[in-house]
Amino acid sequence: MVNFNDSKITVENLNFYYGKVQALFDINMKISEKKVTALIGPSGCGKSTFLRMFNRMNDIIDGTHHTGSVLIDNRDIYKDGIDIVALRKKVGMVFQKSNPFPKSVFDNAAYGPRIHGVKDKANLYEIVEKSLKDAAIWNEVKDRLDENAMGLSGGQQQRLCIARALAVEPEILLMDEPASALDPKSTARIEDLIGTLKQKYTIIIVTHNMQQASRVSDYTAFFYEGKLIEYDYTDKIFRNPEIKQTEDYITGRFG
Amino acid sequence: MKKSISENSVFWAVRFITYSIVAIIGYIIFDIVIKGLPTINLEFITGFPRSSGSEGGILPAIVGTVYLVFGAILVSLPLGMASAIYLSEYAKQGRFTRMIRLAIVTLAGVPSIVFGLFGLGLFVIFLGFGASIISGSFTLAFMILPTIIVSSEEALQAVPKSNREGSLALGATEWQTIYKNVLPYALPGMFTGSILGVGRAAGETAPILLTVAAFFLPRLPSSIFDQVMALPYHLYILATQHPEAEKVLPLQYGTALVLLILVLIFNLAAIFLRSYFRKKYKW
Repeated sequence: MVNFNDSKITVENLNFYYGKVQALFDINMKISEKKVTALIGPSGCGKSTFLRMFNRMNDIIDGTHHTGSVLIDNRDIYKDGIDIVALRKKVGMVFQKSNPFPKSVFDNAAYGPRIHGVKDKANLYEIVEKSLKDAAIWNEVKDRLDENAMGLSGGQQQRLCIARALAVEPEILLMDEPASALDPKSTARIEDLIGTLKQKYTIIIVTHNMQQASRVSDYTAFFYEGKLIEYDYTDKIFRNPEIKQTEDYITGRFG
Repeated sequence: MKKSISENSVFWAVRFITYSIVAIIGYIIFDIVIKGLPTINLEFITGFPRSSGSEGGILPAIVGTVYLVFGAILVSLPLGMASAIYLSEYAKQGRFTRMIRLAIVTLAGVPSIVFGLFGLGLFVIFLGFGASIISGSFTLAFMILPTIIVSSEEALQAVPKSNREGSLALGATEWQTIYKNVLPYALPGMFTGSILGVGRAAGETAPILLTVAAFFLPRLPSSIFDQVMALPYHLYILATQHPEAEKVLPLQYGTALVLLILVLIFNLAAIFLRSYFRKKYKW
């Protein structure tokens, strides 16, 4: 398994429960800065649950609890007194189903900056323009910033959601199957975008699509039934996995 | 495919029953409009009653009902919306919230005369408001509260979960999320719910009978601690308690028609508000 001296995120002995049902089992993992880490595995293996640990989105589900710790920049994000607002500002998220708010394109991208107190119009416009450019959607929407975002195509909606996440200047970007509902062309655009974004952001992406994992990621973690089975360089995982379960999965023998 | 005779007869039976409901409502409205319309003129609507209501207009009753309905909405809408927000967005679902919900459903089933007695005991006597607009408004407010809570909660639940998750994930607090990204989209549904409440508040007699309504008061109220006449109670008096019942029959129908029109106006206003918010926050 890979190990980094300078990891952005460190997960130690993490167990997670939905009520009495355990969803994650004793996970230890380090995630490298400004790289793309893919989480793969069959449905229900806990990869999305694991992803949602990093911005504490599991907190909003009643009856969940965990043991162990998750450290970002060497600070335990589950310790008492942690500012969840600041955490979620630092750790952005893009959801599986693109979820633009039923507002204008501009208001979508400006939502984050606004709640964090940016009021000045020119400043706001600057942030919106920059994040839409970073998400490679500016050229398509620059003339329709006032239109309702629900009128955009699926691929545009998802890139708008990425722009919305970038607008609060996160350091880490969590992506939960960001392209699973998109056509191949839109998917390719998102993948290109991920390649550009990793220069500035630490990206963790959950994906069902093995080719996608091998194309976009530097490291890949294979999950099965709530356990981290194998974690290594993506090349290594896909060319020469050490564990049989991993090999069976990536060669399509199950899952 | 040919339907069997029994199939056909069931179909016609349910259709007939459904249509007959419409017919009954149609007849009631038709009857009131036909018999009430000749009574309605400017004097009837803007004049004061004379000789214990057997002559003159019903302005004080119209004004009274309008005040009571506005008062009831003013009290119940914030309370109802706040409870709905708490139940839908903040409260952990469990034994305690089930108890709250049970209490709300029970409240909806309480007979209106019991609300009247409750209002009499609490607002009129204990809090010393006397028989007054404020007592009546509060009593009506509590009566329509369950309707508003239930429909507001449904409206909140109908807002997609992604609106909340997306907002929280950007670092918004729970209240920011509710205020900016949930509530605006739930407002149309909330107004729909209050439409039902308004209709009921305008038409109920029992709660106001004990807390506010005056038998005969030919002047307009000067403060919220005044008694007022109200349309449903006035109608009840004219129909059953009046010594010259025959003579005031046209007045009864006129009053009933005015009450119907008033409820219609309240509903139209609510529908207008709803479509305004629906257009503003399209989703």
